[in-house]
Amino acid sequence: MPSMINSLKDALEKKFPGIKLRILRDSLLLEDPQDLTRVAQHVKESPAFRLDYLSSVTASDFLDYLETIYHFYSMEKKSGPWVLRVRVPRENARVPSLTPLYQSAELQEREAYDLFGILYEGHPDLRRLFLWEGFEGHPLLKNYEQENADTLEARDVEWLEAHGVKVPETMKKNAAELKASGKRALVEKPTEPRQA
Amino acid sequence: MTLLDEIKKDGEILEINFGPQHPSTHGVFRMRVLLEGETVRELKPVMGYLHRNQEQIAENTTYAGIVGFTDRMDYINALSNNFSYCLTAEKLASIEVPERAAYIRIIMAELARLINHSAAVGFLLNDLGSFFTPLLYALRERERILDVFEAVTGSRMMCNYFRFGGVKRDLDEDSLAAIKTIVRKFPRFLDEFETLLTSNEILCMRCQNVGVLPADLAVNAGITGPTLRASGVNYDIRKIDRYGLYDRFDFKVPLGKKGDVYDRYYIRILEMRESVKILEQALQALPAGDFIHPKTAPLLRNPRNFKPPVGEAYGRTESPKGELGFYLVSDGTPQPWRCHVRAPSLINLSALEAMCLGQKIADIMIILGSIDIVLGETDR
Amino acid sequence: MKHFFKKGSVPFWGFGILSGLGVTLKNFIDSYFKKPDSGGVTTIQYPEEKSADFEAARNFPFLVYDETPEKPRCVACGICERECPVKCIHVVMAKDEAGKPLRKPAVFDIDYELCMNCGNCEEVCPFHSIFMDHDYEIASYDRSSLLRPMSKLLKSNDYFHKVRPVDAGKTDAVIRAAQEKKAAATKQKDSAGGQ
Repeated sequence: MPSMINSLKDALEKKFPGIKLRILRDSLLLEDPQDLTRVAQHVKESPAFRLDYLSSVTASDFLDYLETIYHFYSMEKKSGPWVLRVRVPRENARVPSLTPLYQSAELQEREAYDLFGILYEGHPDLRRLFLWEGFEGHPLLKNYEQENADTLEARDVEWLEAHGVKVPETMKKNAAELKASGKRALVEKPTEPRQA
Repeated sequence: MTLLDEIKKDGEILEINFGPQHPSTHGVFRMRVLLEGETVRELKPVMGYLHRNQEQIAENTTYAGIVGFTDRMDYINALSNNFSYCLTAEKLASIEVPERAAYIRIIMAELARLINHSAAVGFLLNDLGSFFTPLLYALRERERILDVFEAVTGSRMMCNYFRFGGVKRDLDEDSLAAIKTIVRKFPRFLDEFETLLTSNEILCMRCQNVGVLPADLAVNAGITGPTLRASGVNYDIRKIDRYGLYDRFDFKVPLGKKGDVYDRYYIRILEMRESVKILEQALQALPAGDFIHPKTAPLLRNPRNFKPPVGEAYGRTESPKGELGFYLVSDGTPQPWRCHVRAPSLINLSALEAMCLGQKIADIMIILGSIDIVLGETDR
Repeated sequence: MKHFFKKGSVPFWGFGILSGLGVTLKNFIDSYFKKPDSGGVTTIQYPEEKSADFEAARNFPFLVYDETPEKPRCVACGICERECPVKCIHVVMAKDEAGKPLRKPAVFDIDYELCMNCGNCEEVCPFHSIFMDHDYEIASYDRSSLLRPMSKLLKSNDYFHKVRPVDAGKTDAVIRAAQEKKAAATKQKDSAGGQ
């Protein structure tokens, strides 16, 4: 409901004069990521909101910037989703961590770091959650090089033939062509927003 | 210096690995435990052994194709995942669900809750050492419900049954009669189960005052579901969000007092009784009508035509393990831009260390069993 | 909550354990005398007995042909290949000598190792030609037999009626209705053209 998020915006502007906020489709965008800590502290403790339950911390890649989205609920007042967003650029993506305030953010921020590469400053133990140590890259970014599993490359053909598998001629030819042109068989990822 | 540093200086610490291959960790789950004698001083969970990157798979699949992948997250009760995902997609595209379809969805969701809680209690008792007796009694009842799932949806476990705007196939008369028989016989099974377990002295002595979760820590750590309600916090999403016609049914929300393992076991038995009540009301009031909204019925044949408007939606349901939420971002194409799963099993583990500190090594398994995690959901 | 004993509130004589032992004794005796539905032994002696076969069960896909295996219903449109979530179907349309496409598949491979038994291919097929089989005994010693070519996938309409009578009956009715409509339309066109 738009009125809910408007009341949050007004309360925050009254408490922190000069804070830059924007309403985006039922959610509140904090223009400066460093505001996040004091905003979260205010909504957790202020008697008007009492958002004591941080339900979901997730990240999203929008090609020009990365976004972290927070969904807050209030268990005391039983009120509905309050959505906060923070945007950071791709290189040097740093967002203050909410773990000191909400313990539910601990594992979720680790997951967002693992899959997107956003660094959460102030997190007690920021390391990869799902992928193993030594994995390079962050898989859910839109410019992650994901290998196409349907196309063989030259080194795949070599490995298969060394193990006694007969590779069809067309596949060998395609792999040699790829190698000659210096390209890799990758899944296409969107470089600009997809149109319907 | 903290207590841990003092103990480490004395050289009494033993690090033990509850490895990913373990019969009691409910999947491939690893815990690194620092022990002083038999008491736990630190516990760090390590996960990711079942990570299949389903969020990236979802970006390359149509919205309707993702329903088959959601089954595989919480594989013990696959239908609740379908429910949560279809609810989110319907919120994104503003699709309504006809009445009969909504009742069928509630019947399936409550049957899924019954199979989940009976398996959870059975496996908790397995971890406690009563080697298979309560588990097999629970699985005997669960088999009847799984037969109904196979007759209606086509598969016992990977049901793939819910579609946007309703369900895939209608409930026929035989299945309805089978569900009515199950609902009639279930309270008697629960009475027998309780006689076996609830006042059993060994269970009481091992489970009471073990793994206490205080209510404020539970709320702060984002814990939901029976684990939260056993600590005394009244938060059931079926009553708060009132999604999918749950406000027409009359059921209570059981609450625990102390938040120990015994409360978490007993609250699941009470929740099964409430589910039976909901099922009785739903079966009595099941109306005739469409099993899928006529506007989305053509999507069954042409999934590529489902192009929700640009935007995002966060939908959540009360899955038997907690709050299962889906966050979908749409860019107008038939494939989502971002699909994130808010998995209760992952977030309920935030408080595992706090619950296990100071307990004995044998209590770790029952505390983990009482939280009721499934690794398919934790790792996705 | 009349069975709720708190530790230290009631002396632990062992009544809880004794009543539990009574439950297991009752189940033990019932397993000899009762039927499987109400307390008896529920074990099915596989492979001599097999469990009930539900019509809606989804195991792996198969293709339906009407009279002979040379006339499959499939027209190689490729919709099932596109909608399969794991991309386990591979279809190539047949071409005659001149290069004109015939409405028949030349290659139709399903990789049973990848198939996740979701049933989406059956749902989206507009020509009622691919359906989910009930055969689950497909284990084999080598992987190559799990990549099923069209010859192994084609099964007759009679087989379809045998395993899934209700769905096969419905599909036959739909196909017959479509054929009658087409025949009526061509007859109308002929009679209109003749005049």
